[in-house]
Amino acid sequence: MPNIQELATYAQASATKLGIQKFDIYGSSVDETSAQVDQGEPKQVKASNRSSVTVRVWNEEHRVGITSTTDVDPAGVELALKTAYEASFFGAKEHVPDFSPEATAPISATSHEKTPQAPVSTLIETLAKAEKELLEAHPAIAGVPYNGMAQRDFDRFYLNSEGAQRYEGGSYASVYLYSKTEEEGKKPRSAGAFRVGYGFPELDVQACIQEAAEKTISHLNYNKIQSGKYLVVFSPEAFLSLLGAFSNLYNAQSILDRQSLSTPESLGTQIASPLLSVCDDPHHPGNIGAEMFDGEGTPTRKTPLITEGVLSGFLHSAGTAKRMNAQPTGNANMGAKITVGPHYYHVAPGQAVDTTYSLDTAENVVLIDDLQALHAGVQSLQGSFSLPFDGWVVNKGDRVSVESATVAGDFLALLKAIVYVEPEAEVTPGGVCPRIWVDSLAITGE
Amino acid sequence: MPPRTLLLSKELPTLQYNSTRDRFDETWQAPLSTLLGLGRAAGADFIEFFLERTNYISCLAEDDGISSIAPRLSTGAGVRVFRGKSDCYVSTNDLSFSGLKAALEKGLSILGLHLPAPSAFVPEINLELLRDYATKKGKEAWLSGCSSMREMGDILLAANAQLQTKATHVQSRRAAYFRDWQEVLVAASDGTFARDIRLTQSVGYSLLCADGANRSSISQRVGDTSNPDFLRGWDYAATAADVAESAGKMLYADYVESGTYPIIMANKFGGVIFHEACGHLLETTQIERKTTPFIDKKGEKIAHESLTAWDEGLSTDEFGTIDMDDEGMPAQRTLLIENGILKNFLSDRTGSIRTGHPRTGSGRRQSYTHAAASRMRNTYIAPGEHSVEDLFASIDKGIYCKKMGGGSVGPTGQFNFAVDEAYLIENGKVTKPLKGATLIGEAKEIMNKISMCSQDLGLAAGFCGSVSGSIYVTVGQPHIKVDSITVGGR
Repeated sequence: MPNIQELATYAQASATKLGIQKFDIYGSSVDETSAQVDQGEPKQVKASNRSSVTVRVWNEEHRVGITSTTDVDPAGVELALKTAYEASFFGAKEHVPDFSPEATAPISATSHEKTPQAPVSTLIETLAKAEKELLEAHPAIAGVPYNGMAQRDFDRFYLNSEGAQRYEGGSYASVYLYSKTEEEGKKPRSAGAFRVGYGFPELDVQACIQEAAEKTISHLNYNKIQSGKYLVVFSPEAFLSLLGAFSNLYNAQSILDRQSLSTPESLGTQIASPLLSVCDDPHHPGNIGAEMFDGEGTPTRKTPLITEGVLSGFLHSAGTAKRMNAQPTGNANMGAKITVGPHYYHVAPGQAVDTTYSLDTAENVVLIDDLQALHAGVQSLQGSFSLPFDGWVVNKGDRVSVESATVAGDFLALLKAIVYVEPEAEVTPGGVCPRIWVDSLAITGE
Repeated sequence: MPPRTLLLSKELPTLQYNSTRDRFDETWQAPLSTLLGLGRAAGADFIEFFLERTNYISCLAEDDGISSIAPRLSTGAGVRVFRGKSDCYVSTNDLSFSGLKAALEKGLSILGLHLPAPSAFVPEINLELLRDYATKKGKEAWLSGCSSMREMGDILLAANAQLQTKATHVQSRRAAYFRDWQEVLVAASDGTFARDIRLTQSVGYSLLCADGANRSSISQRVGDTSNPDFLRGWDYAATAADVAESAGKMLYADYVESGTYPIIMANKFGGVIFHEACGHLLETTQIERKTTPFIDKKGEKIAHESLTAWDEGLSTDEFGTIDMDDEGMPAQRTLLIENGILKNFLSDRTGSIRTGHPRTGSGRRQSYTHAAASRMRNTYIAPGEHSVEDLFASIDKGIYCKKMGGGSVGPTGQFNFAVDEAYLIENGKVTKPLKGATLIGEAKEIMNKISMCSQDLGLAAGFCGSVSGSIYVTVGQPHIKVDSITVGGR
């Protein structure tokens, strides 16, 4: 991939040749290696070095066209500019996006340096050792069918025809282990764990092994659950996945497209229990791979979304911010249409509470560890969900795994039914979140 | 300069191949033959190159305006190297000879192999005469015959206007279209040398209706693999009427009462039940991982005797139809289950090497960034002997699942999928609409509970995500009855 100065130079030359006055380009390149193992042997090792750029062009009618390409040499970029220009005459006439007013604003946060990649043989050896440890953790663990270790270097840049130029690069590594049990006369059970770090040396593989083993073993003792309404405790990962599935609540583009459970007037209204606060916090130390600027070059920043139950902020692109008389929040993705998305959630207790809850003393509560099939079981525009899950029925600290059950409800009702937000938060790859207690949710078992 | 039969390794930098940049044709034979020979000389057991060019465009109409029209151009290659049963896959955007050689060298090094010494001879791999499905079947003209940007926009706007006239309580209307044109070339050290062009198109509606706290959202799309006139022929008026009717019925629907019910699943997209509950478990990818309960059941009864199922790539125009798979093997028709007996698995090259099951032309991938894996194509339950009325008449209280959402299957064979449009069945008759249903079960159990199949086989376009990315597939079935299944709701 050419560096940003080279690309800016030949993009400008092509634009001039094509008579294009105004354009911007977002691009990225990735250099990654990943490995899987099967019974100690490498199963598939993958390596990839690829780049792509997305080009936006404004024509004489101030309409925008966009094209993305993997051909980032001068000929490829020129073809992309030309194609985007042709597309621009069919682009939207209303609410046409413009350059972000913050595309040249100084960025105070700094990105992480790249970490040297470990040799592939090291990845395979480490993963094979992890697989072996997991298989030895319990006689019932018969395999680790899904496993993988990956390391990735990335570069991102943004530039526009008014001189904005942004660049950042970094690296991260990840490991996942998903084990499966087999016991005579019992159904197979499975569970997994995932870890991410700034590079292979920082990857906590041992913690991943331990979590995968503990979770898998904890599901060996399983039972059907009686259908009914339960006090439900969501693990940090489970609550974060629901929060992500219903992110249209605070996504300004979704709201303007009327594809949301909120309207512009929802801002400032009570949508959740006052015990809950949520913000998007891209620069949280737990956010491996944090981005310093978004797809329009806007610096990223911490944005409050729900404060003590009140909807307190929306995630914006430059375009949505302009339409809603707000500031961009650094959440734009340049694409077929500018979309808006969160970086890294930080869920925290809101107002102080008088009553606290504990899994050590609570009776007959359902602890949901992992929600599945969100792509199928979430009706994000209706607000409803019906999802299979991994979890346990907990009675005064004793856990029995739940077999084949679903949890169903309405997300807005769930937010208001939160009765406790635990004080201790857990740092996860998707955000920071404590366990969340919700009253009276429908569980279907038998 | 064409390659000589006895090429020395040190002469590689002097080669000047001039492959056609904008087309995968015979000019690629010489460089790929040399690179495959280089890989074999280095000690690899098998090498495969997959080259790809795509010209994709999507168009979105929201309410009464076009909000997005976006072309995407992509070029890349992947090289897969095998040493014994171990393999690696390297992908790159660089299709120059040196770029492909660098990718090959990286793949070799991952497997502990090194390029031969300068004085070593590089054997030439004799590739077959280019097996060119694109030229043979007249696909070269497909791209230019598709709708222009202007036509895409005009049709989607007209379609959205039609939807406004059919639906009530409309909150938002979307009509979305995409065209995915793909040219691929496969060259492998077993002599495979094949080229194809694929044209995949899809168009459909998403309708959101709201009346106070009552909301319903219905999506419906159709797809095609080989018809440049596809968008022009879209019957959006009929689709709009159908979508509007479904949204209207579901707007005030009650939430389903959870429990265990007999159900009837409608034909067409109802076939997602077989796709998730059984199809994935018949892929050799699952055998390799030992995540299928059917691993050693070939020749045994795994389903109700009323059930016969196929997976094939040959149906004209269907969404999962392919002339050849992404490993260059011609597509075929594969009988999966016959009267309840497991007959075949779906296998790609790796699956064949690792599990011994014969290849079935099922090696598929989303793009050059993914190695091929065993994947479904057009998968459906064969029609049975019953009438649809027979199925309903057999149920006193149950649920009619008319429109299915997506689903998934886990490593233990437990599957789930959502129902977008459902109705209560009482005494053999459809009564009130229901929403919020999720079906869950275990593959081994559910396959024996599909006890009745009607005669009205119908197919539907879908997307399938798995280890080699998201691919286009067809699901299908006639109306079927499942004797009992757990329905999650409120």
